Amino acid sequence: MPIIDEELSDLKEKILRMGLLVEAAIRDSIKSLVSRDSELAREVIRRDHQINALDVEIDEDCIRLIALRQPKAGDLRFITTAMKITTDLERMGDLAEDVCERAVELNEEPPLKPYIDIPRMAEIAQDMLTDALNAFMRKDTSIAYDVIGRDDEVDNLTVQIFNELLFFMIQDPKTVTRAVKITYIAKYLERIADHATNIAEMVVYTVEGRIIRHTEPPKHQGHES
Amino acid sequence: MVKEEKSQYKAESKDLNFYYGSVHALKDISLHILEKKVTALIGPSGCGKTTFLRCFNRMHDLYPHNRYEGEIILHPENINIISSGIDPIEVRMRISMVFQKPNPFPKTIYENVAYGLRVRGANRKSILDEAVEKSLRRAALWDEAKDRLNKLAFDLSGGQQQRLCIARALATSPEILLFDEPTSSLDPIATSKIEELIIELKKEVSILIVTHNMQQAARVADLTAFMYLGELIEFDRTDKIFTNPSNKLTEEYITGRFG
Repeated sequence: MPIIDEELSDLKEKILRMGLLVEAAIRDSIKSLVSRDSELAREVIRRDHQINALDVEIDEDCIRLIALRQPKAGDLRFITTAMKITTDLERMGDLAEDVCERAVELNEEPPLKPYIDIPRMAEIAQDMLTDALNAFMRKDTSIAYDVIGRDDEVDNLTVQIFNELLFFMIQDPKTVTRAVKITYIAKYLERIADHATNIAEMVVYTVEGRIIRHTEPPKHQGHES
Repeated sequence: MVKEEKSQYKAESKDLNFYYGSVHALKDISLHILEKKVTALIGPSGCGKTTFLRCFNRMHDLYPHNRYEGEIILHPENINIISSGIDPIEVRMRISMVFQKPNPFPKTIYENVAYGLRVRGANRKSILDEAVEKSLRRAALWDEAKDRLNKLAFDLSGGQQQRLCIARALATSPEILLFDEPTSSLDPIATSKIEELIIELKKEVSILIVTHNMQQAARVADLTAFMYLGELIEFDRTDKIFTNPSNKLTEEYITGRFG
């Protein structure tokens, strides 16, 4: 077995580990919001350094492999993808942290309304991440394409949540601070789904060698991806 | 596969087959060499890449029982250089070869470079002087050799000797230069000088290079052909071959998972 095979499998294992930490961070961030558990939120914030450390470690591994093994073809695409995926994962970890910060703030105030769409959105975003990682591990583009297709659902929910909150704010200006914070959270989740989409797009590149991002005209206005 | 305008073709093999006696070493190779581009031939030992290279300057004619089938067309005249009516000596003036190990003649530096021209009948000192200087300059050896032109070529270092062989190959103003693993016996510094030289030379000549060093192919070649068991498996732009080859065999070979 070529030396690089073992190194690539280590790399894969580390990415999976990082992915699991990010999944847990997203899950717990929403839990801390819905169950008004600020201690859990603070714990997620404390744990983020593990994700950051893996981000750096994986980057260093990739740079070392490029320098020492001169990877080509599929190996090269896998390693460059790994570097990009960790960037996406690291950003997702930061966004989970942002959700936690807003959760801590919101937990100090009386609930504005029961959370319904936010947990739904979070669930879709989390599933997208899980599936994107799965697609990467199995080099399965059909799963990747499926992830990419689900991004619209999250985008639609973001708009729906915003419209609903807008209604609250118009009705009663005292809700504005809380409503804006919940809007932020929706936006964070929407960004998390975008990063999951990026990962899925990179999987297509690893497997097929085609860069598919920016190949379609933007489907809607008003959000950066 | 590479699709270019025919007008950019410097040479092309068409259904080329080659036999060492009963051994069928090249099987229906159709591959073109583009004008003023570097084309690399890669593949495991015994795949036929050197055999293919040697067809281009009729090296195989030196041994009996060797047999060509098919054509190697040299453009723009459209002549088949392996047809029996073509003089191999004339072919070698137009298509020169640089070998794996530096192989200067046991002569002076000057005479090594002047050799091909003398074979052609040039004897006037002023013409030879000019050609020797020009060739040595093109081979990036002039500064190191100009004060010792009458010293034996063997006094040069390995890398210098290889550049001398390049100068010798250039002296007859060939249109195609063939390189057969030109740096396999050189250290990294001499290697990088030869590689820089190859890139410089392609401004004027078309180059075909056989190399075992895939990084070398990646560094110097515009196009890369992968051969296996006498067949051409894949031929494409070098960046395509090294980032996303179309053929599974190519992928396995370049990522070191062969066999």
